[in-house]
Amino acid sequence: MQLIDQKTKRIMEGCKERARDQGLSFEDETLEYVVSNRDMIELMPKNMIPTLYDYWVHDVEVLREQGKYELYPSNPYETVINTRPAISFYNDNNPDWLNVMIFYHVIGHIDFFQNNLYFRHTWDDDLTGQALADKRLIARLRSEHGRWVDYVIEFARGIDNLVGYFSELGKLNRTESGCSARVDYYFDYFLQAVKQLKISDYVKQIEEFNQALKEDRERGEQNFFAEVIKKSPEFAAAFEKYRQKYQAPSVDLLQYLIDQSVFLNREENKWMQSVIEIVRSTSIYFQPQIRTKIMNEGWASYWHETLFLQDDRIRGHEVDFARVNAAVTSMPRVGLNPYALGMRLFYGLEENAERGCYSYDFDRLHDIEARKKYHRNTAAGRDFIFKVRENFSDFTFINSFVDQDFVDRNKLFVADRRLNKERMVWEYYVKSRKSEDYRQMLFASLYHPPRIEVVPEQSTDGILYLNHRQEGKPLVKEYLANTLLGIEYLWGAPVALETSDAEVKPASETEEETEPQVSWSRVRYHMKKRRLSREKV
Amino acid sequence: MSRERRETYFRQLQQQGRLTGQLEAARQELQDERLHLPAEPKCDHKLLPLADLYSSNDFAMLQNLEPGKGPLLSSIRSIDDLLERDRLREQDGFPRKIKVGKLVKPGRGSQDKVVVVPTTVEEKFIHDNRFLQQEESGGGGGGHGEGEEGEVIGEQPVHQEGEGEGSGAGQGEGGSHEMDATAYDLGRILTEKFQLPNLKEKGKKRSLTRYVYDLTDKNRGFGQVLDKKATLRQIVKTNIALDNLPDVSDIDPTRFLIAPRDKIYRILSREKDYESQALVFFIRDYSGSMAGKATELVVTQHILIYSWLLYQYGGQVETRFLLHDTEATEVKDFYTYYNSRVAGGTQVAAGYRLINKIVEEESLAADYNIYVFHGTDGDDWDREGRETLPELKKMLDYASRIGITIAEHNYASPGGTEVENYLKRSGLLEQAEDLLRLDSMKEDVPEERLIEGIRKLVSE
Repeated sequence: MQLIDQKTKRIMEGCKERARDQGLSFEDETLEYVVSNRDMIELMPKNMIPTLYDYWVHDVEVLREQGKYELYPSNPYETVINTRPAISFYNDNNPDWLNVMIFYHVIGHIDFFQNNLYFRHTWDDDLTGQALADKRLIARLRSEHGRWVDYVIEFARGIDNLVGYFSELGKLNRTESGCSARVDYYFDYFLQAVKQLKISDYVKQIEEFNQALKEDRERGEQNFFAEVIKKSPEFAAAFEKYRQKYQAPSVDLLQYLIDQSVFLNREENKWMQSVIEIVRSTSIYFQPQIRTKIMNEGWASYWHETLFLQDDRIRGHEVDFARVNAAVTSMPRVGLNPYALGMRLFYGLEENAERGCYSYDFDRLHDIEARKKYHRNTAAGRDFIFKVRENFSDFTFINSFVDQDFVDRNKLFVADRRLNKERMVWEYYVKSRKSEDYRQMLFASLYHPPRIEVVPEQSTDGILYLNHRQEGKPLVKEYLANTLLGIEYLWGAPVALETSDAEVKPASETEEETEPQVSWSRVRYHMKKRRLSREKV
Repeated sequence: MSRERRETYFRQLQQQGRLTGQLEAARQELQDERLHLPAEPKCDHKLLPLADLYSSNDFAMLQNLEPGKGPLLSSIRSIDDLLERDRLREQDGFPRKIKVGKLVKPGRGSQDKVVVVPTTVEEKFIHDNRFLQQEESGGGGGGHGEGEEGEVIGEQPVHQEGEGEGSGAGQGEGGSHEMDATAYDLGRILTEKFQLPNLKEKGKKRSLTRYVYDLTDKNRGFGQVLDKKATLRQIVKTNIALDNLPDVSDIDPTRFLIAPRDKIYRILSREKDYESQALVFFIRDYSGSMAGKATELVVTQHILIYSWLLYQYGGQVETRFLLHDTEATEVKDFYTYYNSRVAGGTQVAAGYRLINKIVEEESLAADYNIYVFHGTDGDDWDREGRETLPELKKMLDYASRIGITIAEHNYASPGGTEVENYLKRSGLLEQAEDLLRLDSMKEDVPEERLIEGIRKLVSE
């Protein structure tokens, strides 16, 4: 792995200027590496991050199953990694024109990483640097604790798809009310529920508080509460009790284990917490990538096409470009291509915004001919797609913009296959051309980890009680035992998981088109002393 | 087997009163109208994923770099460490994580590859996507282009047979070779790490090579047979060198000068002839009762055994694959062996009879160490083994080892299957202890038990 040569780098700097002129925004510094196939082999299991911590599973051929991304929600093998400075990888025998095309694609990704709000929590980090620090920490721990470090990594990774990504993201956007928790408690709860003051007295208290602040901006609150404690000495204890009771709950299972597990909080096991924290933060870092696959690839494809065709330095390679570009951005007859889908959505959005279709006037228009002809020359198309790239994720993107017009225009349909038993062939057929069906099909293929939460009320006798919210699909049964075993180890006591099992009676073969019968039942799995048992709730 | 013949056999057994106690099960299999069609379609790996958003990536799309090509090779190096680690896991009280013998079958066109690799999976709580997706459909996916709703826009055969079946070796070879390469490694792992017995150490090993004598070497001056053409050529050469050949268009052989060393003879020489040392018959019951886990277990075990033998014999293993219900048939490759669907009744004797027939007709017994591995659920319409035992005895005359695995159904009582019973009663297990082995296990045992089972079957 080595840095790209100066000549190519100079060309790429030119690309950056051209991209900036079109309104893309990204940091100046980028790193480009040339990789051989051998490098790829080593980088691949580590999500292309050279400094990611070592873990033995990276050395094994992991079963390539359908739904693999469910297990590895980090969208691996991206040609550019989201870090500061952004790093991208190039095959060692790419011609210049191809590198330019790829680099425009890369710029699209970098712009997306650095502007889309779902990546907000990654903006201030140098991932590779952080990963390197983590890697060293883990290496040091491994020299002290040997293979037990790997067990902890394994068990933590077993639940790293349940991280509270949205909660973490939410923290960054929460506005403070301007009052401390103590003030909130005093006025909202203590005075009203504990003291049960009359309104006039309550107002008096507020005035006193404001007066105190007016006298001394810095220490007013402190002075005020000094007075309060003089008058009602039980306040401090009551506040502490309240705080403990209504402590902000841990955002996810891993965090809960770090905070609450007696086992992990033992002096000799404290090191495990750092390992779990590393697994957790790494997972959270990658979360937005898989949730913006269509947008991210669509955006990058939109820009590599737009920018490449405007670049005067690579005249003469239009045909080469067309060939590669067609392979990337063509819609397959059957199957999904996030590059093509995302790109078409962005083009469509730009055009619609240009026509002024996202307006009240257009909404009120019901005449189909008038809708077709509607054009207001708003010159706001670009602005609009830049806003979309900033504020949307795959789900909201699809939900908002995949409509019947889009489906019709791009001749999309939901495809399916069925077995023709007489001829022993699979028949592919057009299942539906309704936008609603198409949207549902897309939703169904989006990444969606199960929602499993700790239920503190039922976690009695040291048991950790987990609840899986039923969303129409059961959990993969084969994986339950080992995952629960890992949680039990980290928790240091038995674990229970409440989930739903489905019993499916297959549709009878004789009757056509009968849906299989599903009956759901709530069940509870117990993991105790590394033994799994199951009972009906 | 056709329905009529099955019925004939059934009636015959019934008349002789040999079906008591298992009448119900047998009758069920008798009614079984299914065909042994290849493949369970849901495992048809050639099917495109219809709605796969996440497998496409920049490397493949833009740079033609395909990740996923190499880790096999790169990891083989560390495989020993991995297995050592796995052993330690067990010591530490955690279940083993490395699986061997899982079948991954990538392949383009008709090139079926059976790849055996050590694999693992990181277990997590995830939604079960297989749920409710009926075998036929993948649950729907994206599409683009013309076509009315409901219109069929394309089709794909369920299982593509290799084109040009008549061409023989050429086509199938690539596939099975692929399997050998990785299976060899697997065999090594099995031998070393799971302490499967090592045949070589037992000193009974036959030479890997044999010699044949043939008139292939050429020798100047003396030898057994004069090679006239070569001799003439040599004479012409000599005469050109001597300038004794003035006009090439007008050669007069009578004027040739002939030296004794110009005479070229064929001489008898020793030729090394590599020979396959082991011939393994894999035979499995694919009757109706074998549905589900029993079949999977048998097939997985057979591939492990195959790998182990492959390693033991340094790659010199030949395999034959046989399937039987009430009638036996030989199939051409492991793929078909693996993928043929279960149906019909059960007659173990038919399978054994076919093996005997093959061995006899091709006179294999003289040249090979013959191994027979039989996988069944222990069901046999021939309850006392009246037909099976004689065939088995015949087999014992030439076979180096016969290993019978019985995958007992979960609903069956342990050790109570027909095959197990009549084998035990016959006393063959004791008489021919070093030749015949029987191992029965529940159909859903973990992989460790499978390997343990192999040890039972193959140990000295």
